[in-house]
Amino acid sequence: MTHAATEEEVRFHLAEEPHHPEGSSTMLGFWIYLMSDCLIFAILFATYGVLGGNYAAGPAPRDLFELDLVAVNTTMLLLSSITYGFAMLEMVKGRTRMTLFWLAVTGLFGAAFIGIELYEFTHFIHIGAGPQRSGFLSAFFTLVGTHGLHVTFGIVWLVTLMVQVRRQGLIEANQRRLMCLSLFWHFLDVIWIGVFTFVYLLGMLR
Amino acid sequence: MSIAHHDRYGREHVVEHGHDDGHGDHGHGGAAHGTLAGYLTGFILSVILTAVPFWLVMDMPLPDAQTTGFIVVALAVVQIVVHMVYFLHMDPRSEGGWIMTSLVFTLIVVVIAISGSLWVMYHLNTNMMPTHDMGVL
Repeated sequence: MTHAATEEEVRFHLAEEPHHPEGSSTMLGFWIYLMSDCLIFAILFATYGVLGGNYAAGPAPRDLFELDLVAVNTTMLLLSSITYGFAMLEMVKGRTRMTLFWLAVTGLFGAAFIGIELYEFTHFIHIGAGPQRSGFLSAFFTLVGTHGLHVTFGIVWLVTLMVQVRRQGLIEANQRRLMCLSLFWHFLDVIWIGVFTFVYLLGMLR
Repeated sequence: MSIAHHDRYGREHVVEHGHDDGHGDHGHGGAAHGTLAGYLTGFILSVILTAVPFWLVMDMPLPDAQTTGFIVVALAVVQIVVHMVYFLHMDPRSEGGWIMTSLVFTLIVVVIAISGSLWVMYHLNTNMMPTHDMGVL
């Protein structure tokens, strides 16, 4: 066997990188990120499940939660999901102005959600049911607060993308970014289903 | 479609799906766009699946809290599936199946983490709690 033949046959690497078009792996990569985020929430749900009954002689869910408020909050998030869907439909049609309009509506619903949640949190803290009051409240604030932080950063991302779409139009990169945010936004809505079911509704039944 | 073509993201599609539905990249990750009818269907289902559990808990039409709890959890599971289908546009074939693979893996880890934590901590509590009367802690 000649030296040249060995070179030919024994090769442990690709001779040249296969060509990947820009952004071809973004959606899968972003999905993997969402799955890792899902694990964070799973652990916070597990923590709440373990600590949720430790009231330390303090207030229980029944004493604190106002389901009317939670219902309004849930409605806000649900509406923001459908309006984001409308934005995506307009994006596919290439209508920049309508895309921006629905994104703005989505952002407003998201901001309303955050506003109501902050009102609830400050109300709890004001009546002495802050995160340091009991194991239940620590777990509650951590779980619901982490979700709220995600929505907050989602809004920041949304505004950023609106500026980019306004400046650059619906170019490929911006469409890809909008699709990532779409996944993120709907994912947060899915997490919220878990929150209002396991924290608020089941909390009231306890 | 048996020829390779590039969609608006510059990705090459070869054969993957047979359908050509006018907006090119159906089935790419959670990346498909869905249709107006799909979004509205998902939205209406979500509204029902949200309103019913809230009604069940706020008005307590069922006398038994445990039954109510089971129904509420079941409706939540259904709603999560509705969101995945109509809003996240999950498709088992997207990205060569890797989306679904990572989802199933994540769900397995989530189930182990949550049920394992609850199981272990429940037994820890029943076996290790001091016996003096502290009520329901």
